[in-house]
Amino acid sequence: MNDFLAGFRAVLIRDLRLALRQSADLALVLGFFTIAASLFPFGVGPAPETLARIAPGVIWVLALLSVMLSLDRLFEQDLADGSLEQMVLTPRPLVLTVLAKALAHWITTGLPLIAITPVIGILLNFPTAGYSTLLIGLALGTPSLSLIGAVGAALTLGARRAGLLIALLVLPLYIPILIFGVTAVESVLTGFEARAHFLYLSAILAAAIPLAPLAAAAAVRHGVEG
Amino acid sequence: MHRFANPSQFMRVAEAMLPWMVALCIPLMGAGLYYGLWASPADYQQYDTVRIMYIHVPTAFLAQASYVVMALGSASFLIWKHPLGDLIARAAAPIGCVFAFICLVTGSLWGKPTWGTYWVWDARLTSMLILFFLFLGYLALANAFDDPARGDKPAAILAVVGIVNIPIIKFSVYFFNTLHQKSTLFGDLISGGEEAAMSALQQPEIAAAAAQQGSSLPPSMLLPLMLMLVAFSLFFLILLVLRLRGELATVRLRALRAGLRAG
Repeated sequence: MNDFLAGFRAVLIRDLRLALRQSADLALVLGFFTIAASLFPFGVGPAPETLARIAPGVIWVLALLSVMLSLDRLFEQDLADGSLEQMVLTPRPLVLTVLAKALAHWITTGLPLIAITPVIGILLNFPTAGYSTLLIGLALGTPSLSLIGAVGAALTLGARRAGLLIALLVLPLYIPILIFGVTAVESVLTGFEARAHFLYLSAILAAAIPLAPLAAAAAVRHGVEG
Repeated sequence: MHRFANPSQFMRVAEAMLPWMVALCIPLMGAGLYYGLWASPADYQQYDTVRIMYIHVPTAFLAQASYVVMALGSASFLIWKHPLGDLIARAAAPIGCVFAFICLVTGSLWGKPTWGTYWVWDARLTSMLILFFLFLGYLALANAFDDPARGDKPAAILAVVGIVNIPIIKFSVYFFNTLHQKSTLFGDLISGGEEAAMSALQQPEIAAAAAQQGSSLPPSMLLPLMLMLVAFSLFFLILLVLRLRGELATVRLRALRAGLRAG
């Protein structure tokens, strides 16, 4: 058991270290999130009420897209330099390796996105009453985004135009998370409780933690052999 | 069951059944169209637009059924490594995709006169749209690799992952009380127990009445709908066998080419 944990930790620390050394990638994702959000005031007009109305949806959709755009980092480079093959060959279960990589991906994209969300909220005139709900929703939802995204990234290993393909595969599966994330904020803003929506988000996460790494590990194994 | 996992064994049975299915499908489809378009009454509220139902409901049912066939084939391919499972999934995907598309188009044509809009973001419409996207994703992924055989496993994994959407479509009209009407056919007729139990919690008298009636459709409308459902299902099986024939030929051709190159 300790052995498994050691492997998990080793992959996690390695991926975090790699992400920190290539922090330009991280900056790109956050830059995309900010710039795309600042396009909306130009698109729909800068009227504060309009922006406040669309802000929860815009923030959630952009968080989805930012996570999706960074998914190629999960396996693509490791496949190119051969380290993914080594990870498949180790006696430790590949499922744990994939879980560690998804966790590292969340720490290096999901967490920074959550951290920068209040700033985006100010840009979009996000209603103050909804901030805690938005942040809790993102905290519950973005780990699922990384986990489901890991499945998409693993499935498209070695495919032509993998980036576009990931979008087609992963975005339909992201829709439930988007729905519950946005309705949580909306319900708080209209005077209801967000608890039910948080429970749905937690249920999706609780299902994604064991199931998504299984599917992703099977796809990684196939992608490495092919 | 595993005996028929051999593609040529399976095809021998399927080819033998094919003419019978064609012979059955054509008169059933003809009768269904006749009863549906001429010999059944128009709805007292929707007038003739109700006739869209005779296409809309079978295509919706078959779009979901194709996905289930695709996912089961993919699962058997992943678990037992039956090549036939993958072939069936590949053959079913484009058919299901087109059924889902027809379902969405007829639904939106039906929605305009009855709901006053071509499209609403209703739970069942949205989940059907997601099903359509899943078909597109499967087709894109299965054909995304330079070596066509390399796409089979990723596509199979995707098909199995996407099956979570099927119960969401099936029950979306019960979970979320939205614009799309509840099932008038399967709700009471086939899975009567579960629906009766669900509505019995809320309205015991109505549930009891519905359970006695069976289906809430009148027999004059039920007959063409059932005919069309059976005819469309046969049509799906016919297309599946024809497409399987093509998929098998492609695989054999690929193997022959590889053999030529090696030799």
